[in-house]
Amino acid sequence: MCGIVGLFLKDKSLEPKLGSMLTDMLITMTDRGPDSAGIAIYGRDEDNNTKLTIQSGNPGQDFDGLDKALSEAANAQVSMRIKDTHAVLEVSDEHADDVRAALAELRPNVRVMSAGDIMEIYKEVGLPKDVADRFDLAEMSGSHGIGHTRMATESAVTTMGAHPFSTGSDQCLVHNGSLSNHNSLRRKLKRDGIAFETDNDSEVAAAYLTSKMNHGSNLGEALESSLDDLDGFFTFVVGTKDGFGVVRDPIACKPAVMAETDQYVAFGSEYRALVNLPGIEQARVWEPEPATVYFWEH
Amino acid sequence: MQTIDMASTELREANSTLQAQKADTNQKAWEIVNPKGSHAIACGLDGPIEVTVRGSTGYYCAGMNKQAHIHIVGSAGPGVAENMMSGTVVIDGDASQYAGATGHGGLLVIKGNASSRCGISMKGIDIVVHGNIGHMSAFMAQSGNLVVLGDAGDALGDSLYEARLFVRGTVKSLGADCIEKEMRPEHLGILKDLLERADADAKPEEFKRYGSARKLYNFDVDNASAY
Repeated sequence: MCGIVGLFLKDKSLEPKLGSMLTDMLITMTDRGPDSAGIAIYGRDEDNNTKLTIQSGNPGQDFDGLDKALSEAANAQVSMRIKDTHAVLEVSDEHADDVRAALAELRPNVRVMSAGDIMEIYKEVGLPKDVADRFDLAEMSGSHGIGHTRMATESAVTTMGAHPFSTGSDQCLVHNGSLSNHNSLRRKLKRDGIAFETDNDSEVAAAYLTSKMNHGSNLGEALESSLDDLDGFFTFVVGTKDGFGVVRDPIACKPAVMAETDQYVAFGSEYRALVNLPGIEQARVWEPEPATVYFWEH
Repeated sequence: MQTIDMASTELREANSTLQAQKADTNQKAWEIVNPKGSHAIACGLDGPIEVTVRGSTGYYCAGMNKQAHIHIVGSAGPGVAENMMSGTVVIDGDASQYAGATGHGGLLVIKGNASSRCGISMKGIDIVVHGNIGHMSAFMAQSGNLVVLGDAGDALGDSLYEARLFVRGTVKSLGADCIEKEMRPEHLGILKDLLERADADAKPEEFKRYGSARKLYNFDVDNASAY
C-alpha cells in the first residue's frame, strides 16, 4: 500500500499555495505509507538555469563550500540553497554537464535526485509530516506537484527507495503497486543507456517512460505504451515540465480518485486526501478508468 | 434527529453508538456530518434505524449492515455495504470498487456509477445501479439480483453461480460461463419490484437477463485437463 497525491493548477493565483495544499494532502495519506515520503514540485522557469536537486547522508560536510568548489571546478557561477539533507544547485544550462561531472568527482557520495529547468524533488525516510517539516514543503510555490507516502514492498526503506523517481529532465513518477517484469525491463533499458540508482520497480517505470519520451513519444503516448509493456499492479502519477498524467493498470485494484474544477486537477489515492481543496464540494469527482490514460498540459 | 459529527467524534464511539440502537430504540433517525472520506462509517448496525451520511465516505462504509437504512448523500469509497445481511443502503453519487461484495441480503442502491467488481461473490443481496458498472462485476456471484440501468464493463458474471444479472445497456464482454438467458414472466416481476424499490425510472422489458451456463461450477471430468 502507498499513498499518492497530485495537484495541477490551472489558476495561477493558487500557485503560492501549491506547497501548503500538497503538504496537507500528503499528511492525510500517512496511514497508507508511513515509511517515507517525497514530493516533486514544479516552480517557475524564470531564467536559463538548470536546477540540480542533490541529497547527502552527511550534508554538514558534503555541502560545506560546495557551491564555491563547483564554481571553480566548472568555471561557472553555481548557487546553492540548502534544505536539510537536500540542496538545490543552480547553474546556467550551458555549464550544467560540467557541474554534474565536477560534483561526481568532488562529492562522490552525493546523490542527484533530479535535474531540470524547474523541478525540485525532496524525499526522505520518516513520517510524511516530519519529512514535510524538514524541507518546509508547505512554503513552496509552483504550478504542479506530486507527492507520495510509501509503504515499502519491493525494495528497502531508504531515501533512494522513496518516491518520486526522476530519470529524465523535469520528469518524475510516483507509483502505488508492484511490477512483476521490472528486472527484465531494467536490463533492456540499461542496454538503451539509461542509468539506475536503485533496485526499485518503480524506478524502472520512470525510466521506461523517460526512454519512450527520449524516442519521441509525448507523455500521453508513453503512458499508453506502458499498458502494453509493464506487467503488474500500478497506479502511476507522472509529471513533466508542463504536464501531469495518470494511468492505472487494467485490473485497477490500486485506488484512485480525481477531482477537477476551473482552478485545478487533483489526484488522491483516496477521497479524504482531497477534502480540504477549495471548491471540492462543487468539483467533478471521479475514479479514473482502468487502462485509460489521463493527462493535462499547461 | 440525533447528529454525530465525525470532525469531533472518534470512529469507534460513533459506530458503537449506532450499534447500540436495537429494535426497541426510540431514536430512529440519525445523521452523520463531516464524513470527509473517512473509513468504516456506520458499520455493523443491527437495528431498524435510519442513518443519513452527509458527504462522501472512504473505505467500507455501511459494512455488515443488518436492518438499518443508510443513505449516503455523496459518493462512497471501496467496499461500501460489504457483507450486508438486511436493510437498505442508498448512495446518491458513485461507488468505488467491490460495492456490495459478499452481501447476503438487503438492498443496495447506487444512483451514480459503480466501478469494478460490483457485487463480487454476492450471496443473496439485491443491487440496483442507476448508472454503469465496471469490469469483473458479479464475479463468482452466488445468489441475489444485480440490476444495471446503464452499461456493464468487461467480464460480467465471470464464474457465476446462481445470481441473476439484468442489464439495460451494453455489456462490454461476458465472463467465463456467463450467458444471456431468456427473460421469463417471473424475472419481469422481480425486476419491476426492484426498480420500484430503487426509485429507478426504467421498464423491466428494456433489460436483458444474464446468468450461469452451469458448465463450470460442477466438476466435469471432460474438463480435467484444464485444471
